This record gives sequence, structure tokens and C-alpha cells, in this order.
Amino acid sequence: MAYSEKVMDHYENPRNVGTFDNDDDSVGTGMVGAPACGDVMRLQIKVSDDGVIEDACFKTYGCGSAIASSSLVTEWVKGKTLDEAAELKNSEIAEELALPPVKIHCSVLAEDAIKAAVTDLKNKRGE
Amino acid sequence: MELSGKNHFELFGLPVQFDIDLRSIGDRYLDLQRATHPDQFVAGTDQEQHLAVQQAAQVNDAYQTLKSPLKRAQYLLELNGTPLDDTDTQMDMMFLMQQMEMREALANVPDAEDPFSALDRIRGELKSDLDKITQAAAEQLSGDGDISSARESVKKMQFLFKVQQELDEMEQSLAEQL
Repeated sequence: MAYSEKVMDHYENPRNVGTFDNDDDSVGTGMVGAPACGDVMRLQIKVSDDGVIEDACFKTYGCGSAIASSSLVTEWVKGKTLDEAAELKNSEIAEELALPPVKIHCSVLAEDAIKAAVTDLKNKRGE
Repeated sequence: MELSGKNHFELFGLPVQFDIDLRSIGDRYLDLQRATHPDQFVAGTDQEQHLAVQQAAQVNDAYQTLKSPLKRAQYLLELNGTPLDDTDTQMDMMFLMQQMEMREALANVPDAEDPFSALDRIRGELKSDLDKITQAAAEQLSGDGDISSARESVKKMQFLFKVQQELDEMEQSLAEQL
């Protein structure tokens, strides 16, 4: 399958690949899996005391679209508040990356990952 | 031959359950293939030929589904009216973390001092995980089993099969570099 230029760009130069220390109270971790294709995605956010995402990173084992979706999300959420980040829609990711219908589930995975990371951080802070 | 309306298990004369005799399906496949082969109907009407093509496809589909433990398990969930939902991304956290570690280990194989023994170690771990989860799925998919646990097990099988596929690809590419 032909990937769009934007997917190829994120695939070849993924942004923010890495790990934050999960024991850090300012770090939220979202871990999700795509049952259809067996992809695994970990997305982490570092959040300031007033609830702004200062940094984000990811590690994804999966196809180019899954890697691009998570890479894009780490770029997008930086500077956003937790609530803004949790409102991110998979359709925005799919549109930006011009994902074909069979790859929409990759954008769903990235949306679920950021939501899970936000929830994790809120749980840590007892919110 | 009347095939329509039969599910894959019935087509192969098997009880609808996960544990099946893999050798017998090979024999039955050959019989069915012969009986439905479109060449048998070259002298038949258009309608007969068309039906033969459809039946041959059905036989193939059934065979591919039954012989693969993963596809067989997915199919049993479908027959039960509880197919896996591909948009459900929430899973057992421990399992996902183990998956992440296994993929990381696999990605590091080419840099290992002895890549083939590193690969064998992962293969051993994978096989033991897969055996365990497949056995659990077989029990959960049986008549008095727990379908919601079965769905979780089959989901895990999908991830493990994906690792297996990547492991095989890695082994092949390592072998080509020798």
C-alpha cells in the first residue's frame, strides 16, 4: 500500500520517540493495543503542576500508519492542557495524515493512547 | 453436493469446537477439493460451473480458517455471535507491557553478540506464552466456557501471532545476511 507523504515523513523521522520515568508524578502513561493487527503503542506525557503538557514521547511497534499517528499526536499535544488533549479526535489525525479507510484504526489507537495517558495522570494526581 | 448453509466445521464433518484433529481435516480437504473442483463441471451448465467455483472458494476458506488456531478461535467467536471488536484497544496492562518488552527484545536482536541465540530465546518465550494462552482459549471457547475471557484470550493470541510473524521475518533476514 502506498503511504501518504506525511505518513512517510513521520515514519522515517519519527518525532519524540522515547520513554519517561513512569514513577515520576508528572508523567502520565497510556498503553494500548490494536487487536486487529497486533500493534502496541505507548504514549507518555509530562505535565506541569497547572495541567499543561510540557513534553510528550511515544514508542510504537506497528505499521507505518500507527507510528505516524502516535508521532503526530506527541507533536500536537505539547502545550495543550489535559482537557484539550483528551478531546483530540482520531478523525483529525486520519485527516492530517490522509490515512486510507483500512488504516483508520491506527488513528483510533493513537486517540485512545493519549486519552489513556491523560486518565493515568489524573489518577496519579487523585483527580 | 450441497454445501450452502453449512459452517466451516460442519463442512468438514467436525464438532463445533476449538480442539480438532488436524490430520483428518487435511484428508477431508482433499476430498472436498476433488468434489468441487471446477474442472469436474466443464461439461456442465453455466450455473453448475458458477456454483462449483463458489463451492471451491468456500472449501478453501473453510480449510484456511480451520487449520490456523488463531483463525479457528476468531471464527468460533463469530459463530457465537460475539466477534472481536477491532476498535477495542483497552487490554490487560501487564500483557501489553510484556508485549512491549518482547518487541523491544526482538528489535535488539540484530545488535546482539549472537543474534540467532537471542532469537531462539525469544522464540522459546513466545512458544510458552502461546501454548498457555491457546490452551486457555480452547477451554474458554468450549460449551461451558466463559466467552468474555475467551475474547480476551483470542485478542492476546492475535498479538502473539504478530510477534511470531515478525520473528520469522527477522530470522529470514538474518539468514540472508550470512
